[in-house]
Amino acid sequence: MNFSETVNPNIFSDPLVIADRTFRSRLMIGTGKFPSARALREAVAASGAEIVTVALRRVDLSRPEEGDILSALDPNRQLVLPNTSGARTAEEAVRLARLARSAGLPPWVKLELTPEPKYLLPDPVETLRAAEILVKEGFVVLPYIQADPVLARRLQDIGTATVMPLGAPIGSNRGVRTRDMIRIIIEQATVPVVVDAGLGAPSHAAEAMELGADAVLVNTAIADAADPAAMARAFAMAVEAGRMAWRAGVAPERDAAEASSPLTGFLFETSGNVGPRD
Amino acid sequence: MAFSSEIRQWPPERVQELIASATPAAVERALDREDRTLIDLAALLSPAARSYLEPMARLARRLTRQYFGRTISLYAPIYISNLCAADCVYCGFAAKSGLRLRRVTLKDHEIHVECRALAERGFRHVLLLTGEAPAKVPPERIAAAARIAAEYFPSVSVEVYAMETSGYALLQEAGVEGVTLYQETYDPDTYRQVHLSGQKMDYAWRLDALERAGRAGIRRLTIGALLGLYDWACEGFWMGMHGRYLQRICWQSALSVSFPRLRHTPSRFRPPRLVSDAELVQLILAMRLFLPQAGFNLSTREPAALRDRLVTLGITSMSAGSSTRPGGYASRGEDVLEQFEIEDTRSPETVAAMIRRAGLDPVWKDYDHAFFRETATP
Repeated sequence: MNFSETVNPNIFSDPLVIADRTFRSRLMIGTGKFPSARALREAVAASGAEIVTVALRRVDLSRPEEGDILSALDPNRQLVLPNTSGARTAEEAVRLARLARSAGLPPWVKLELTPEPKYLLPDPVETLRAAEILVKEGFVVLPYIQADPVLARRLQDIGTATVMPLGAPIGSNRGVRTRDMIRIIIEQATVPVVVDAGLGAPSHAAEAMELGADAVLVNTAIADAADPAAMARAFAMAVEAGRMAWRAGVAPERDAAEASSPLTGFLFETSGNVGPRD
Repeated sequence: MAFSSEIRQWPPERVQELIASATPAAVERALDREDRTLIDLAALLSPAARSYLEPMARLARRLTRQYFGRTISLYAPIYISNLCAADCVYCGFAAKSGLRLRRVTLKDHEIHVECRALAERGFRHVLLLTGEAPAKVPPERIAAAARIAAEYFPSVSVEVYAMETSGYALLQEAGVEGVTLYQETYDPDTYRQVHLSGQKMDYAWRLDALERAGRAGIRRLTIGALLGLYDWACEGFWMGMHGRYLQRICWQSALSVSFPRLRHTPSRFRPPRLVSDAELVQLILAMRLFLPQAGFNLSTREPAALRDRLVTLGITSMSAGSSTRPGGYASRGEDVLEQFEIEDTRSPETVAAMIRRAGLDPVWKDYDHAFFRETATP
């Protein structure tokens, strides 16, 4: 038996692969809520995150500025993943994605189609439409979706690079409320599953990874912490722990302590045979 | 049912009674629950809630950070006209006030000059304003001004007179992101007493205008009451109702709330119900607990010292370095009539520095032309 693989799974031998690109970190970071570019830079560094998503509506691609979000990122160390936050229709999202590509950002896009600004829940119809267009145009598409297993299958059939089901509404910090549907999505997945939105604590991230998610994306919980860099590190550790636990085989939940064979043990007992007697 | 009909279920006497009768226990219930009702809102606006301002502030700050992060958006107003056919007793633009000062509507080249001056100061979001003059400054003229502004700014909003749906559709096509329209006062009697002429006399027409804007596809709707005209707590109750109504009906539009406060000025009008700092704070906190996802704006009507405190208590957006006279940034002189005198006269960069000192990120850009049209390669 190979001791190092079964007992001590090494995180570095277990890379995340999205569209043929390899990442060591399974924690992605959102950027819209940080108190400063410096706090963002420190959090990204502390977490080791290699995918950082940036809202196109927040950056000025025509005139980048000192202190803006992009200035906090190092394209050699992090993939800057443009997102279409604020888009309400497929057309708007497609326009934003093209704009980012023509400005020199990598042809990757996190599709966020949230027509209702209150809970920022994703629109499945527009998301599917936009994904169809962008995949055809050669984009690597990472769609933010409701935890809907059928939609997830439709998207991976189209050719999206991942699916990103929500754990709970954006900013709600409620954890993996869609757990049962995320299990099904993971079971059926042919592309990496990234649990996005709603993860309010490192324990939530660990839970998603223990379920078998390939990665998680966190914004609010890190940006809003008293010490964003320390919280980013805590999330990174929780993601690694959850991944390691999943690979090691997380024990299933049980309602109560159990004897080893309470129902069928009698068959093998040496005395007190309850079967038919002579 | 239109909001002008819905609000009739809550006439002033009923709202006053509900607010006045709230008990400390009702305030505590309102603080404890997550999904707050109108009854809870009344409790938070009540005299009984005055001794709960600190726990309200803690909750308000947490909710604001949860939904908006540690950010404050910055914008600047551009007055494109001070022509006005209405006679609103509290306003510097009223047809019968400021007779010795000039009434102007900026020409296209002047709008360019104003925009250039503001873009150089760092702004990426502007609010275009006019008086109440639909005949002389029609929707087409405002849409044309918005197109000019869009050459300089990723986000253009307007604060103008109430329009038909078709007028709002013109603005939407011109790339206008948001429409701000204050009801001024939600109390029908007070409304009648302070609006003496013009189309603005029609309370229901104005009250239902933002719904028309939402139906025309405008993405951000901003409500507000001019604080000082009527009882602030009642206004807060009706604004909360109005906000929830718009979130329900215009579900694709984001909601914002402004808190313009009339201050004691030596003009011909003395606000009958002056609102104290403590009352303004209680109103903002109560509204935040009732509308956790709404953007909250605070203008330069408020003094610097108070604005510095309010950035961490629920406000998400601020104007800075404002002028309330057409041409006030670059193209015209001080002989042009202004709408009101600003209190916080600090430069945009000074306000941004204050925001950073408060542990928040000043956000200049939060919208993109690409949302509404194909844009050129940058």
